Amino acid sequence: MSFLEAQSLDVRYGGIRAVRGVDIRVEEGETVALIGANGAGKSSMLNAIAGVLPHTGSVYFNNVDLSYRPVFDRVKRGISMVPEGRGVFGRLTVEENLLMGAYLGNSQQEQDTDLKMMYEFFPRLKERRRQTGGTLSGGEQQMLAIGRALMARPKLLLLDEPSMGLAPIMVEKIFEVIRGVSQTGVTILLVEQNARLALESSQRAYVMESGELSITGESRELLHSPEIRRSYLGGGD
Amino acid sequence: MKHFVQDLWCKFRNNRKALFCGYILLFLALAVLPFLLSNTVGRTWVRILDFALIYAMLALGLNIVVGFAGLLDLGYIAFYAVGAYTWALLASPQFDLHLPFWAILPIGAGMAALFGVLLGAPTLRLRGDYLAIVTLGFGEIIRIFLNNLDHPVNVTNGPIGINKIDPISIGGADLTRTHELLGISFSGVHTYYYVLLALLFMTIVICVRLEKSRIGRAWLAIREDELAAQAMGINTRNVKLLAFALGAMFGGIAGGLFASLQGFVSPESFGLLESIMVLCMVVLGGMGHVYGVLLGAILLTVLPEILRSTASPIQRTLFGDVYIDPEALRMLLFGLALILVMLMRPTGLWPAPKRRTAADPDIAKD
Repeated sequence: MSFLEAQSLDVRYGGIRAVRGVDIRVEEGETVALIGANGAGKSSMLNAIAGVLPHTGSVYFNNVDLSYRPVFDRVKRGISMVPEGRGVFGRLTVEENLLMGAYLGNSQQEQDTDLKMMYEFFPRLKERRRQTGGTLSGGEQQMLAIGRALMARPKLLLLDEPSMGLAPIMVEKIFEVIRGVSQTGVTILLVEQNARLALESSQRAYVMESGELSITGESRELLHSPEIRRSYLGGGD
Repeated sequence: MKHFVQDLWCKFRNNRKALFCGYILLFLALAVLPFLLSNTVGRTWVRILDFALIYAMLALGLNIVVGFAGLLDLGYIAFYAVGAYTWALLASPQFDLHLPFWAILPIGAGMAALFGVLLGAPTLRLRGDYLAIVTLGFGEIIRIFLNNLDHPVNVTNGPIGINKIDPISIGGADLTRTHELLGISFSGVHTYYYVLLALLFMTIVICVRLEKSRIGRAWLAIREDELAAQAMGINTRNVKLLAFALGAMFGGIAGGLFASLQGFVSPESFGLLESIMVLCMVVLGGMGHVYGVLLGAILLTVLPEILRSTASPIQRTLFGDVYIDPEALRMLLFGLALILVMLMRPTGLWPAPKRRTAADPDIAKD
């Protein structure tokens, strides 16, 4: 069985089926992208895996069935999510935000080394560590949200639209960070609307369309597939 | 001027010796305060002080729910009622039970905490206005229950209330009687003052420790962003229930003390207006800040009493007659004070210390 395996996942909002029996799997160490248009059900899928949304079907992680487990238990087992819109604690300082990421209790020593590592990874956050989260720019907040999620020492990082609402230059930077995180050995499942960047920074990808998977494959191949180019990369050539 | 005061305060806080002397002085002042009051303005003022301490405990309990966890509760007085009635039923001629106070105190606290969980469990998904409406309903349900529980089986005596509630007695010594100790005579309100002060001190210590604990951080995260709090791995359900239970517990203890001090309880004391009053103490003082809430509670109990005793004489000397009833004046000034504070100090009279928002120069260097 794969590292993460979601089987016939179904998410409903009232009568609407946002995710319709989707199967995906992620191997250890991979970065997998989940792309698609607005309202295709990508975020619902991610939230279901994180446990934030109730779902039917099953989620296996590290050979454990997490389907009926609450969010905090999934975090404990190594699944951390960076929520859409970043979810930075606006009135807490950068450092307090980061420490909140280690809520589930690594030792003080581990927290200190992790904090130091985050500051090396994100020098911007070090400069601003006494500032409140709300005073950061969008890109800095995204970095903070990613750093905060990493403080939990996750095995699997779920990223929900990390490029949303950021300036193009910042988007590039965030994806550099994501590639860097992947190099440290963290498995990543990435939901993204910016298909090109998502495909360029991942090994495999799933394309979702109105709640169902339409295309899956190696990211490199998808980048050159005419169908993907036409619908998601904005190039007709 | 403001900066000068702030500087002085900072210096004071950082100087250990000064801080220690300050605590000693505060301790002495609090110790002699009731005697000072009873010898100058009369014993009623010691009683008012007793009530201020009870309200402070109540407000600190509500502050856990509203201030720390960010859950707007408009029915908080219900837990006060549960505590008060628990005490009343277990220590009065009503069922001819006369349990000692050290037994009732934990029972009352436990009952209130249980009711806190009962209210919390079905409202876990609610926030803000919706939660406020449900809690408001809950508060009224408790009051109406107490009002109607005199038939078919008479439990609460209904609107008449329960009378002749036992006072606290320690080692057989009834606290409402006057006692002689070291040549000083302590009347009932005096001894109650010291008991309440000790309990309030314990409440303050617990609240401050709670705020700085892991649970306190979890509450803070939930208050700021519940979804993100979940993503941090916080068990939001249990942590919220804990806030309701702990908040209710302090309300229950305060209620029990109220019942024993007053010697009488009736449903009338636990209306919506009381809930709002306690919420005002929290908001006016500085939501989420233990000392601010303390200040709010003491101001809002003591100031109306000062007004009550001075409004009529002042009017009589100025105009020769009483034109505005002190009770009407009280609500008028209360409303005015509320509006002014919310306009000028929206975060309360004494809010939690502000976090630094500018880049830290020391950090930027290294």
